[in-house]
Amino acid sequence: MYLSPLLFIALPLAAAFFTVLLGVRLRVLGYILASVSAITLLLASLYASYFVQHLPSHIFIYKVGGWMPPLGITLVFDALSTIMLVVVNLISLMAGLYSLRYIERYTDSWKFYSLFLLMIAGLNGVIISGDLFNLYVFLEVASLSAYALVAFGTEAQDLEASFKYAVMGALASLLILLGIAFLYSYVSTLNMAEIAFVLSGKPQGLLVYFVIMLFLAGFGLKAAMVPFHAWLPDAHPSAPAPISAMLSGVVIKTLGVYVLARIIFNVFGMSQKALLVLMVLGTLSMVVGALMAITQRDIKRMLAYSSISQMGYILFALGIGTPLAVIGALFHLINHAVAKSLLFFNSGAVEYSTHTRDMDSLGGLNKRMPVTAATSFIGSLSIAGLPPLAGFWSKLLIIIAAVQAGHLAMALVAVIVSIITLVYYLKFQNQTFFGALRGTLDKVKEAPLSMNIAAVILALICVGAGLLLVPSMRPILERAADVLMLGSGYKDVVMGGVR
Amino acid sequence: MEIYLLCLVLFCVGLYGAVRKRNLIKIIIGLVIMEYAVNLFLVLIGYRLQGRAPILASDQQVLNMVDPLVQSMVMTTIVIGLALIMLVVAIAVRIYEKYGTFDITKIRKLRG
Repeated sequence: MYLSPLLFIALPLAAAFFTVLLGVRLRVLGYILASVSAITLLLASLYASYFVQHLPSHIFIYKVGGWMPPLGITLVFDALSTIMLVVVNLISLMAGLYSLRYIERYTDSWKFYSLFLLMIAGLNGVIISGDLFNLYVFLEVASLSAYALVAFGTEAQDLEASFKYAVMGALASLLILLGIAFLYSYVSTLNMAEIAFVLSGKPQGLLVYFVIMLFLAGFGLKAAMVPFHAWLPDAHPSAPAPISAMLSGVVIKTLGVYVLARIIFNVFGMSQKALLVLMVLGTLSMVVGALMAITQRDIKRMLAYSSISQMGYILFALGIGTPLAVIGALFHLINHAVAKSLLFFNSGAVEYSTHTRDMDSLGGLNKRMPVTAATSFIGSLSIAGLPPLAGFWSKLLIIIAAVQAGHLAMALVAVIVSIITLVYYLKFQNQTFFGALRGTLDKVKEAPLSMNIAAVILALICVGAGLLLVPSMRPILERAADVLMLGSGYKDVVMGGVR
Repeated sequence: MEIYLLCLVLFCVGLYGAVRKRNLIKIIIGLVIMEYAVNLFLVLIGYRLQGRAPILASDQQVLNMVDPLVQSMVMTTIVIGLALIMLVVAIAVRIYEKYGTFDITKIRKLRG
């Protein structure tokens, strides 16, 4: 690569540092640094993706400081991690653009931007790290800034949600660290490829299953799988809207699903028992999230429960473990990241203009806020899975894969949950944007331009993401799925790439 | 062997505190205990009987040495733990200002 891969971590960290240092005097500095580094990171991740796609081996490994693994730290760029980088940096750029006007109502915007940049650094680090302990450190960087950002409003509810989130998140991190400690005591290395190599030569004893269980619990808590989901419906609605979009759009996916998939598929070589657990818990998440979402009256709370439900689809598809299902999972991950961020932007715009998120006191807003209404209509239909939009194709792929693998009952559950999803999104549209305009909302104005631009761009991506299935674009998804389907063959690819 | 199990017992004590206690400060103390249990466990993994620090010097050879990697890992987790505890305590203090109590059963504005 012609640019240093360290850029993905160092640039947002440096920007966060300078924002803290100079942000008090220069109010605009935080915004300038955040947007410049977000644009640079998006371009860099697109370049990294293009670069890796055109390498013969489709993998690029950067050795930090020139030390050979297992002594040194490696940063791994393969088809899967670059596609995640593009998604994360795209959403963070949009969230940065959206924040320009939205964050004005809070004091000390520089604190917001420095935490925001720290979160981006953590997420990028988790994605490209090829070393288990390094991954843990970046996971903590991202999580700690997320806890602080949830409490950013410092209202009573925000603090309560943040405390709950912080305790659950810390518990998850400690379970993960304990798992890393056990694994290290067994294999004496921290490099993920080396771990896979050592494990393939040793018997899979009880200890390995215990470690898998610890990781499932830890990353499951971060991903809000159903027995561990209680913090999410409090934490995500309490954050400022751009942060809700980041949390639901990319944080739970990167810290939860991506790392879990990486570890279960590539490090433990597609352990069948773990995949079964993922499938069952994924189905449970789909059902519970959807059933809880119907009864909600707060827009953001409904969206948060919907996130749990859609994460269930992704985990379920990963649990099936066939190539088609993994493509479906990754495609749904991308679609959900875009559409859910869009919907959180819209809910933020509604709150910005009307000062309420309660669906019962809203109605008829499509006459006053046409852009927000139109974009949220697209986002809702994409998540609910209506045909021309991208969300339909990813759900279709997942359901076809489930039928092909012989899980007919669960495929049926997925179809029914999809109908329930349509019901509660139509209810949201109906109560918020359609119908007669309420007298109290007569003077409502459309949200500021920068917030609308971010929403429109994401809505266009929602419509256009279906193009990823066109034959000329399909290899991008297929290669990313291939990385996971390699199983423990990943170690040979990485070790081949090191030399 | 027992000493490793004792570490896990300590972890479970912390887990009990974090999950079952009603007072915010006691929950935080539970988290701290869990973190220390994991740190202790990490250090014990690297411990060798009568081992010494693996320092490279030209005139001596260290045959029986402790694992320095886990020690550096513990340094990192201590720093991370410090950041976490600072944040959580700050939030707990702000919660006390808003609600006037540390009792988690009385801090219930969010439900559903």
